[in-house]
Amino acid sequence: MAGKPKRRQNKILVATGMTKRFSGLVAVDNLDFYIPEGSIASIIGPNGAGKTTFFNCITGFYQIDEGELIFDGNRIDGRSPDQITRSGIARTFQNIRLFNNMSAIENIMVGQEPHLKSTWLGSILGLPSTRREDDDTEERGRELLQFVGLEGKGDMISKNLSYGDQRRLEIGRALASKPKLILLDEPTAGMNPRETIETTGFIRRLRDELGITVVLIEHDMRVVMDISEHITVLDYGRKIAEGLPEEIQNNPDVIEAYLGRGAAASAGKSLAS
Amino acid sequence: MDLSQSRTRQAIITLGLLSGALILFTGAVGMIAAFHEREVVNDFITLGQLVLLITPFIFGYTAANRLGMTGESPTSVIGGGIIIGLLTTLPTTLLLLFNSDEFRFLLDWSLRLAPFVVATAIAWRLHRQNVETFTLIGSWLLAAVLIGIVTFSLALIFEVKGELRSVLVNINRDWVEVVTFDNRKDLMRGIFVFSLASAVAGFVGSLCYYVPRTPRRAMFYGLSVTLLVGAFGETVRLVLQENLERDTLNQLFRRDTLRQNAALGLLVVSTVIGYLWAAFGDRARQGFQNLGGQQRQTTQMIGTVLFVAVLLMLPWLIGRTLSDVAVTIGLFVLMGLGLNIAIGLAGLLDLGYVTNYAVGAYILAVMTSIGPLGLMKGTFSFWMVIPIALLAAMFAGFIFAVPVLRMRGDYLAIATLGFGEIIGKLAISDWLKPLIGGAQGVQAIPKPIFLGTELRNPEQLYYIVLVACLVTLFVSIRLNNSRTGRQWMAIREDEDVATAMGIDTARAKLLAFTLSAATGGVAGAIFAAKVGSVFPNSFTVFISINVLSLIIVGGIASNPGIVVGAVVLIGLPELLREFSDFRFLLYGALLIMMMINRPQGLIPTKIVTHEMRAGVKAKVAAGD
Ligand SMILES: Nc1ncnc2c1ncn2[C@@H]1O[C@H](COP(=O)(O)OP(=O)(O)OP(=O)(O)O)[C@@H](O)[C@H]1O
Ligand SMILES: [Mg+2]
Repeated sequence: MAGKPKRRQNKILVATGMTKRFSGLVAVDNLDFYIPEGSIASIIGPNGAGKTTFFNCITGFYQIDEGELIFDGNRIDGRSPDQITRSGIARTFQNIRLFNNMSAIENIMVGQEPHLKSTWLGSILGLPSTRREDDDTEERGRELLQFVGLEGKGDMISKNLSYGDQRRLEIGRALASKPKLILLDEPTAGMNPRETIETTGFIRRLRDELGITVVLIEHDMRVVMDISEHITVLDYGRKIAEGLPEEIQNNPDVIEAYLGRGAAASAGKSLAS
Repeated sequence: MDLSQSRTRQAIITLGLLSGALILFTGAVGMIAAFHEREVVNDFITLGQLVLLITPFIFGYTAANRLGMTGESPTSVIGGGIIIGLLTTLPTTLLLLFNSDEFRFLLDWSLRLAPFVVATAIAWRLHRQNVETFTLIGSWLLAAVLIGIVTFSLALIFEVKGELRSVLVNINRDWVEVVTFDNRKDLMRGIFVFSLASAVAGFVGSLCYYVPRTPRRAMFYGLSVTLLVGAFGETVRLVLQENLERDTLNQLFRRDTLRQNAALGLLVVSTVIGYLWAAFGDRARQGFQNLGGQQRQTTQMIGTVLFVAVLLMLPWLIGRTLSDVAVTIGLFVLMGLGLNIAIGLAGLLDLGYVTNYAVGAYILAVMTSIGPLGLMKGTFSFWMVIPIALLAAMFAGFIFAVPVLRMRGDYLAIATLGFGEIIGKLAISDWLKPLIGGAQGVQAIPKPIFLGTELRNPEQLYYIVLVACLVTLFVSIRLNNSRTGRQWMAIREDEDVATAMGIDTARAKLLAFTLSAATGGVAGAIFAAKVGSVFPNSFTVFISINVLSLIIVGGIASNPGIVVGAVVLIGLPELLREFSDFRFLLYGALLIMMMINRPQGLIPTKIVTHEMRAGVKAKVAAGD
């Protein structure tokens, strides 16, 4: 278990009665949900449970059909993705979605968009303010690259980076917008055990060093149990459990959702280990 | 072993017949005969004959490469080259025989026998697959009848018309003359010479595989240079005319063709240079790379200065006719640089680029014309209207972009294509006739006047285009490395994610369309001033397609690529006017070949090369 900081009562994100349907299929079903500010929270659930859809609803990629979303005291449902990014939520994608033919540093520079002001005319004329902003953007980009462990790889085309580096770069790009809340969709998917451990430590640093609230979707139970302070379990778009890691580990509903009724009893231990 | 042999045989036969089909096709469309009109080396070889020989040579070399890699013995590699040379002549030889009086009966007989032979072959195939007898007979009859209908009607047509030529118009005397190497009277001799020459070409091609890399590259380089100079003799002479004495020139050229001695000299010199380049070029490049930052910058500076100096002196170097071509190329470079903002940077496939060109041209025409349609009758000069044309084109780009902002990819392409057509129709319409003259267009557009001199010659107009291109180049490089450029690229790569990053994609796309349109307007205005009149039929979809193609051929998002693309796709056809019948045929063939063999373009950007290399490495790693 992670050393828990003092639990703050502030809820940075609150969803009430949130529902998302895809022509008949209810992907997220009347979900009530909150994330404590400054925590590392996890969302788990079997394949197709609606976890990614949940992220897409929060970030404005999908518009929710019912319910409301409150982030940092403001309603954000109905806003467009760029408005939501500007209000302080950043994300990564389950299937990495970098700007493939751009270099690593350029990816991060695009990530800084919400804070940039220069215009095309300024760039053509080479105005001093524009140049300064470009230089600052690049410098901050290099710092972020260093933070995510991609020092010296800034000029590589992101397509040619290794898989793990691509995941790191995507997190770096998300961080570039200086978010208050970051949503990571399966950040360790496809990584080997060593990389997984590194990434776990890295995610903790996001919260501890940068003070960002982290929500991650994760299938690797060791990672989840290791770093989460709050876990939400989804199944068929519904919340079936919520709480501290140890509460979740022993929850019969959760074990059942993952392994089916028959195996529930025997598998309780393996999930806990 | 057996497998490898049958595969070898198959490869040779496929390549040989492909090469033969190429010769047959180029002959049947009349290209070979047309090319025969142009001599490459005086009294030695024509362009038509060159095509006949270079084809088996290339295919022989390709086959040798392929077979050699798989470890075939030299005998079978070289034998393969010879066979390919012979197969190359086969289809053409058959056609020659069918076309001659003595052997006409061969055609008649083959047309009559074909249905039975083919039907039997099909039936035999089916028989081997254990098909019932009844079905077998049925399919034999069906095949025979179906094929018979075709071949018998062909036979009938030939019988009635008397000659093949009446059906295949280009299978005529001229063609026979070329493919028999001037032995039209003695057909057998002609076929023998043709086959022998082709076999030798295939043989030499396959032999080249065994020449070590450096001399081989030198040889190819020397040959290409000589043959290109020969093929473009007229152009080369025009260039040299500006700088050489008439007597010297006449020693090198007889009218527009290279003399034999000159060709030989050129071959030797260019091979030697090619050898030096192949042997030491790598080392030179290495040396350049090893230079310290300071020295390297100096070298690059010197290179740039030299390049600009050549650009500035170009009209003196190449003379009037070619300056005219250079102006046309420049106009397309201008448009290419503009369209590249939309396509290369922002990934917006705009097929209606001609709109901007037309807007620029008509604005200039109407505002400066001193004819009946001129609005201002001389109050506005060329220089004052250029910015107006630019703004008008930007405005048009903006207006047309608004409705298509939400479209992506193919849909966007089709919509913009439609806009391009609308502009063409508007220009020719009765509705706008009082303003822009309908089909009669606008005439009497004065030439630009600079410091009291009228810029009427292409040599002078060249500088206007040059300045416009350089300014555009500067702007596009600045934009490329700016926040705006990165926004565009992000949209090109993944529009949804770009939105999520906080980019206002609608705004960025509008800006891309608008800025991209600007240079089209300037190009149109310069074009109008150059020609002195504007007609609606100058503004067809082919302009859009030309600009798009030159970007693709040069290498998408690559500025040097755009220049090379414009030279190849716009310049060469201007120099080869006599072959304009085949312009789009060759154009299409070139595009297809590019897409298959070099999809990254002639001068790709670093990123694309990276990507392709990575692909190759991955293939190699996977043991492919
Ligand atoms: N755009 C869409 N259109 C239609 N159905 C969708 C769409 N996106 C998701 N779904 C459906 O919604 C359900 C939830 O999908 P979602 O991707 O959110 O699952 P998940 O929990 O992320 O699963 P996984 O662990 O496999 O990533 C699935 O049944 C999926 O098919
Ligand atoms: Mg998912």
